[in-house]
Amino acid sequence: MTTTQQTHDDLSAGHAAPVLAELLSASKQFGSGAATVQAVRGLDLEVRPGELLALLGPNGAGKSTAIGMLTGLTAPTSGRARLFGRDPRDVRARRRLGVMLQASGVPQTLRVRELLTEFRGYYPAPLPMAQVVTAAGLDGLEGRMFGELSGGQQRRVLFGITLAGDPDLLVFDEPTTGLDVEARRGLWATLRDLARSGRGVVLTTHYLEEADAQADRIVVIDRGVVIAQGTPAEIKAQVPGRRVRAQTSVSVAVANRWPGVARASREGPWLELLTGSAEPALRALLDLDPHATGVTVAEPSLEEAFLALTTDMEAAR
Amino acid sequence: MTTPAATATTTGTAAPRTSLARIFVTEALHEFLKLIRIPIFAVSTITLPVMFYVLFGVALGGGEAGGVGATTYMMATYGSFGVIGAALFGFGVSVALERGQGWMRLKRVSPMPPQAYFVAKVAMSTTVSALIIGALFVLGATLGGVRMPAAQWFSLGLVLVLGALPFSAMGLAFGYLVGPNSAPAMLNLFYLPMAFASGLWIPIHQLPAFVQGIAPALPPYHFAQLALGTVGAAEGGPAALHIVVLLAFTALFLTVAAWGFRRDEGRTYG
Repeated sequence: MTTTQQTHDDLSAGHAAPVLAELLSASKQFGSGAATVQAVRGLDLEVRPGELLALLGPNGAGKSTAIGMLTGLTAPTSGRARLFGRDPRDVRARRRLGVMLQASGVPQTLRVRELLTEFRGYYPAPLPMAQVVTAAGLDGLEGRMFGELSGGQQRRVLFGITLAGDPDLLVFDEPTTGLDVEARRGLWATLRDLARSGRGVVLTTHYLEEADAQADRIVVIDRGVVIAQGTPAEIKAQVPGRRVRAQTSVSVAVANRWPGVARASREGPWLELLTGSAEPALRALLDLDPHATGVTVAEPSLEEAFLALTTDMEAAR
Repeated sequence: MTTPAATATTTGTAAPRTSLARIFVTEALHEFLKLIRIPIFAVSTITLPVMFYVLFGVALGGGEAGGVGATTYMMATYGSFGVIGAALFGFGVSVALERGQGWMRLKRVSPMPPQAYFVAKVAMSTTVSALIIGALFVLGATLGGVRMPAAQWFSLGLVLVLGALPFSAMGLAFGYLVGPNSAPAMLNLFYLPMAFASGLWIPIHQLPAFVQGIAPALPPYHFAQLALGTVGAAEGGPAALHIVVLLAFTALFLTVAAWGFRRDEGRTYG
């Protein structure tokens, strides 16, 4: 990531890719004294038009806190958050922002049309109602009360609310959680289209495969700090490429010293190695223990790669 | 789902201004729609004071209290009771329910002017208060045989409506202090004894001496005395004193509410 220090006071001045929103070494802690929880630590983040940025991390990693600071729900304890060059709590900044939270508690007795009208009214140049309804797949549901809708339909209403103001930046907190495979695929396609239309799209997810397949840029967060970021290819390049398993008596300590081995672990009779390439490790293994059996070599799942990244962090701490 | 074309990605400063008045009207209208579509709240808030007035004021009354007819006296006290209920529950329960939910967060990240939320609730509790006062006035004038100059009707109505202010603030403070599930019960535990001890059900001078001693510490007492003052049945202290006490309580409750609002900021996101 580049560390541009340009001024964002006038975004219309015509920078090639103005920053829509950014966090500048933002930290957030909750509570005080012994009960202090450091949710996010020195986080740098920027979102540009036309990009789909995935904030990836396990539950409790600080993704929602990061989103909260970016959207002005919560103020950083230290550092800064900027939205369209302003404080994110500035109404003028929010007029260009659409957010889909993991919302609950939408009034059950308001109709879809009423909900969309309410939110469209907040924006100076909202998307026409008919366009919101079509874009969110709500045709024919306008007159229904929110409480009468299915879970998927309710999600679509929230999506419609996000689009209502025709925002330049769209932020989605865990948008695909609880969706079936098909709905998830549909949503990703929609988000891709939104980014292609020149808007900035940020989302949080803990589905690594999704982020890998769809995002332009991934920022991996764990325990409140960025542990990796870049294009999906760059991220994957940072994690071991092969997983070797074998039944052997070789100890973890010995295996950890072999060339290329990022991490060795033992599970009963099984030794497991995460390594950049399999061959040097295999050679070392069979040299030391010719009787090793059940040898398999596999590509680690993205889930495992992700796990390797996050546990490396833990070890380094 | 399909994607809207990139119509206005470069919305500049020349964009048309949002209409604050239109936002307030929409918000207030929706607040009202939410309420009438769940009639339980409205029905209990409106019928309780009206029913009490009919039972204790009209059916059992007939005597006099504080130097005026009991039906006149109780129109003022049950009017206060009704307005307090509408304000406490209209604010307290809904804020307690909504603040814990994603809906409030969604509103807070939207460009909604923050005051719209409160303007809508004030409009709502004022409307419910006006309905209660209207019902009591109609019953008082017909069944209760209350006869007063038009100016007195008007000033009583006005004092009752304005009395919603300190109790809206109280409801707001409650809404930020109590959890969503316990809010209705907690409010009732507070509201009903407080109403009794302030002389809203039984005229204050008929209450035991120690209750009469507590009453001046309770905001509803001062509200009821102001309302009674408009029909010439006040006792204990000038109106200015009651107004000062109520304003002081309002400031206190708003301070507590503001503290709760800020505390929420840290709590909503973990």
